[in-house]
Amino acid sequence: MSTATDLNRPAAPPAFQEINSSRRFKNRLATILVGLTFVLALAPLVWLLITVIAKGFQYVLNADWWQKSLAGLTSRQFGGGVYHAIIGTLLQGLICAVIAVPIAILVAVYLVEYGKQSRLAKAVTFTVDILSGVPSIVAALFIYALCITTLGMPRSAFAVSLALVLLMIPVVVRTTEELLKIVPDELREAAYALGVPKWKTIVKIVIPTAMSGIITGISLAIARVMGETAPVLVLVGYTTFINYDPFGGSMASLPLLMTSERLTTNEVGEARVWGAAVTLILIITVFNLLGSLISRLTSLKTK
Amino acid sequence: MSDSDTVGRPGAPGLARGARGGAAPDTAPEAPISTPQGSGGTPAQPPKVITRPGDKIFKALTVGSGVFVVAMIALIGVFLLIQAIPSLADNQANFLFGRDWDADPEGGLAFGVLDLLLVTVFSSVFALIIAMPVSLGIALFLTQYAPRRLARPFAYLVDLLAAVPSIIYGLWGAYVLAPALAPVSTWLNENLGFIPLFATGTSNLAIGQTIFTAGIVLAVMLLPIITAISREVFDRTPPMQVEGALALGATKWEVVRTTVLPFGRAGYISASMLGLGRALGETIAVLIILSSTTSHFGFSLFDGGDTIASKIARAAQEFNDPRGAGAYIAAGLVLFVLTFVVNAFARSIIAGHKEYE
Repeated sequence: MSTATDLNRPAAPPAFQEINSSRRFKNRLATILVGLTFVLALAPLVWLLITVIAKGFQYVLNADWWQKSLAGLTSRQFGGGVYHAIIGTLLQGLICAVIAVPIAILVAVYLVEYGKQSRLAKAVTFTVDILSGVPSIVAALFIYALCITTLGMPRSAFAVSLALVLLMIPVVVRTTEELLKIVPDELREAAYALGVPKWKTIVKIVIPTAMSGIITGISLAIARVMGETAPVLVLVGYTTFINYDPFGGSMASLPLLMTSERLTTNEVGEARVWGAAVTLILIITVFNLLGSLISRLTSLKTK
Repeated sequence: MSDSDTVGRPGAPGLARGARGGAAPDTAPEAPISTPQGSGGTPAQPPKVITRPGDKIFKALTVGSGVFVVAMIALIGVFLLIQAIPSLADNQANFLFGRDWDADPEGGLAFGVLDLLLVTVFSSVFALIIAMPVSLGIALFLTQYAPRRLARPFAYLVDLLAAVPSIIYGLWGAYVLAPALAPVSTWLNENLGFIPLFATGTSNLAIGQTIFTAGIVLAVMLLPIITAISREVFDRTPPMQVEGALALGATKWEVVRTTVLPFGRAGYISASMLGLGRALGETIAVLIILSSTTSHFGFSLFDGGDTIASKIARAAQEFNDPRGAGAYIAAGLVLFVLTFVVNAFARSIIAGHKEYE
């Protein structure tokens, strides 16, 4: 009955069928569209960076730019620099970090080590989420309502730092929390087994283990708050003079300088605005790089 | 007693629950071997948990910080409200439904937030409509399509968009993008002007200080935010589902459509809501791009105007009279409530999904 051809023939027609053309077309279309969206996202980034560099890079090459302020220069005179604004930006960012970082780390420690699933921990997590969505202008208004109207403080760089604290805390809490969670439990248990108190375990074992990541997170957060404009607009006045005192008087910062000089509609104003933009981007880049550098240097040696 | 103390010593608070739980004191008589401290003949005591002063102080510090953060949100609402009430009481216009803003205390306050609110929501929703499909595409590209080795650097590039300060977006939008968009907006206005959305607005199209420009810049700022969260969620699609779809002969797109998208939908929507919250509160970019106007908002993309945030920032340097400032603080309170609701909603979408943890 069975011939050789019968034996070679598959029992059933092959299960694999060519993908029909409409499915293939849809697949290809989707791939192209998805790839295009990525290009679409990079276009503004590249365009923006090229614009800023083309318009402002020539001004920051001058040594005066980094060492002098704009004091005594009219809006028609070229020259001077943005030293006063750089100082302001760094000072406000650092004061903010000094206040925000300890609070944020303690909150993260609470969430990971103490709170667990308690009701307070849930409330804190929710609040941190909400806080990270609070617009910077609202944070600025709050500090205005609290410090300036209610407590009668003058407008000052310190008030700006306080508003920035509100914006920085959620960022640092998030990163720190994630990092503390991945510290292996064995480390904690080993410490407890040696009779080390819990707080010392956290301070000496858990946090140092996560430290390099935390530092990266902090420097990213500083970089972020230094670019914030709304708080400086509301909470401190602009000046072309150098001011080192965060508690008194007007203090420039790069965003504030840009919003103020923007109103100078001539070449001088343009030079100052775009030069400051390049400077701000450079400082933010430095902080980002610094973060990853420090984290590389301080990361625990693994053998 | 001192004996049982030394035994209990390693039982620091964190460990007391699990490791020492085996030495349950109630069953001590039946199981003398497993409870060494019971061998002295005295009934076994539960291992003493020793709390050192350092522990107490440290815990109090962390709890205090947690409470501080919770209190902070409440304080923001309370302080804004307290400062806004006197001005609201003096207000001669309807605050929520009035469309004109006069916060000059000379001659009486008459401020209504409706127009600002409309511009805020309108521009943010416009931005979201542009940003949502694009970031969905980027997130899919980074998680499903890009070569594994390039996915990380590509993702880093998208994240860079988030690192650019908003003031620089504003400058770029106002001085570079706006003129470049002029032909597009003119074309839309001339050919589709019968649709209210593209009707001639209060802003000059050639200069481009329109909601159209502001919305596009906002959309660019939203891309990294929406992408980052969607990417995380898409990455967690169970591999079994993906492989199952592949085994059934699905094409790449069909895999995405039948496994990745249904799994990640809630996360994607939540991410978009978070982006919306961000757009609603964006201040300086909008302030630089939009032209101020005294005429009412006409629901056209080519209108100028002010969002709540940009209105506050525009007036910020002249906050000297507390009653005038109070009017702006009232507007800020509206913005705070709005972003609070949007953010809480975004979180609640994700909170129901345990598989995203």
